Amino acid sequence: MTVLAVAEHRRGELREESLELLTVGRQLADALDSELHAAVVSGDVDQYAEDLNREGVDAIHTVDHGEEFNHDVYTQTIEQLVGAADATMVLTPNSVNGLDWAPALAQRLDWPLVTDAVDMDVSDGLTVTRELYGGKVEGAVEVDSDHAVLTVRGGEWPAAGGTGSATVEPFEPDIDEAAIGSTVTGFQEVGAGDVDITESDVLVAVGRGIEEEENLDIIEELADAMGATVAASRPIVDNGWLPKDRQVGQSGKNVSPDVYLAIGISGAVQHVAGMNGSETIIAVNDDPSAPIFDVADYGIVDDLFEVVPELTEQFSG
Amino acid sequence: MKILVTVSESVDVDDDFEVSEMAIDERYLTYDLNEWDDYAIEEAVQIGEEIDDVEVVTVTIGPERTEEVIRQALAKGADRAVRVWDDALEEASVLDPATKARLVAAVAREEEPDLVLTGVQSGDYSFGATGVALAAEMDYEWAAVVNNLDLDAEAGVASVHRELEGGVEELSDVELPAVLTIQTGINDPRYASLRGIRQAQSKPLDVKTLGDVGVDADDLRLSLSLSSLYEPETEGEATLLEGGPDETAGELAELLRERGVDA
Ligand SMILES: Cc1cc2nc3c(=O)[nH]c(=O)nc-3n(C[C@H](O)[C@H](O)[C@H](O)COP(=O)(O)OP(=O)(O)OC[C@H]3O[C@@H](n4cnc5c(N)ncnc54)[C@H](O)[C@@H]3O)c2cc1C
Repeated sequence: MTVLAVAEHRRGELREESLELLTVGRQLADALDSELHAAVVSGDVDQYAEDLNREGVDAIHTVDHGEEFNHDVYTQTIEQLVGAADATMVLTPNSVNGLDWAPALAQRLDWPLVTDAVDMDVSDGLTVTRELYGGKVEGAVEVDSDHAVLTVRGGEWPAAGGTGSATVEPFEPDIDEAAIGSTVTGFQEVGAGDVDITESDVLVAVGRGIEEEENLDIIEELADAMGATVAASRPIVDNGWLPKDRQVGQSGKNVSPDVYLAIGISGAVQHVAGMNGSETIIAVNDDPSAPIFDVADYGIVDDLFEVVPELTEQFSG
Repeated sequence: MKILVTVSESVDVDDDFEVSEMAIDERYLTYDLNEWDDYAIEEAVQIGEEIDDVEVVTVTIGPERTEEVIRQALAKGADRAVRVWDDALEEASVLDPATKARLVAAVAREEEPDLVLTGVQSGDYSFGATGVALAAEMDYEWAAVVNNLDLDAEAGVASVHRELEGGVEELSDVELPAVLTIQTGINDPRYASLRGIRQAQSKPLDVKTLGDVGVDADDLRLSLSLSSLYEPETEGEATLLEGGPDETAGELAELLRERGVDA
């Protein structure tokens, strides 16, 4: 039996989450008395295989087919590889691309799927820990099967280290080209604008707690008084209240300022992914159970409409 | 052309809540139209405004309570709605993406849509997987996390942008019929007009049981169940500043100055 960790790469780079998969994959494999295999599909697979050859990996399957991710190729390939490698568990990152193929694989194999795993345990059947309700609660989900497809949240397990002694085995799937109904035509970088929030030492970030576009004034005033730059969570940008180049998070900018002041931001995982490298994180939020307080160094549990003007006052004296 | 849009509720949990018996008590919960589905509905309605002969049908797996958000979708311009529910589903602690996909597929097989739009994820479990699972179930093509859609109905191709991580978008051509999972920000969802709200009351909303859509309750194969639910222990050690706004703001200003912040 094997645990199969399917790596992710984009535009010539293996993504860091791929190495984290090897850590959780090894833990699962040990508990299940299985081997840990890695698989990498498309692109410079030999280079990727070298990067994936870390301690604890027993074998690496390389699939030299095309350059970039295509979900039809991934789904077909891994379905075949599962059979060839006698896999009982398939792991892949809980990324935009991971979520573009793993559910299709699970459906084809008729295996249960659990996405966005933050912890797992196999001592008494497979149990996967996930966040629910925007991170306010956590739950353990029991999987009633010996087989599963799991997508793994980034940053929850350390990257596997060391140098492994895995065998590298090219795998040639039988790809039904006629069944490939989507074609990647290119990539586009977005969010370039006149303000580069990644360059700022102090960011005042505003979220949906601000309620109305007009209310952004008090945030601008505070940022002015502090000599800071205004950043935002996604809903503010989706609403068109601030340009895309101000968005922090998974699909926005990755920032690491000296001070990140989060105002009316709940701290969803996709937001935190873009700011948890900040030196000092301060949160103003009237909900004490908001997940932002898990990453904050300092917090004020109060109404932002009370706190923000007071703070502006402190800096305008 | 027919567009099927999946519509579900999002669940908001109050600031102060309790977890009991593996559930959050109803009184701490507020239900609203799932944010991602709002964008999916808008996208479908806009397509209907741009090209002739488009029917927009919503499908919901949910109890009677969900009719409130279904009516919202109808008020925003969907033509009719299907809701599937059954006592057998009531007992499930987790409605997993595969099960939802199977049930939506049962409706979709009857409707035979050219395009299915779902939200990227929904508010409670946020599996983010139902749309792609549905595509596999239907043998439709698909694209996940779409934040730009250009439909060539005649050629039967959807040109989409998929929003990847780190400010990169993937441009793809997807053959119809297809399922697209719609990301927030793709459009500017409308508010329902008074007229829309009035019209929604008389638009068809079909309620179906598992039997009606040809699914045997014994065949549900619910493979996931919840074994515990709890408030996570905070991992961080945030120092909370205490006192009224003037005190906390004063303390915070001092902290900020220590870190070199000053205009
Ligand atoms: C594929 C994908 C990619 C995503 N990428 C990103 C991304 O790059 N960046 C991003 O930010 N999000 C991203 N998201 C969205 C993310 O999941 C959340 O929906 C979003 O971050 C929520 O923003 P928010 O915290 O401002 O709003 P909410 O979650 O609605 O939080 C608002 C907060 O304000 C507080 N509040 C309300 N009123 C007050 C008041 N008067 N005083 C004080 N506090 C108040 C509330 O308690 C709440 O905690 C992505 C989602 C997906 C699925």
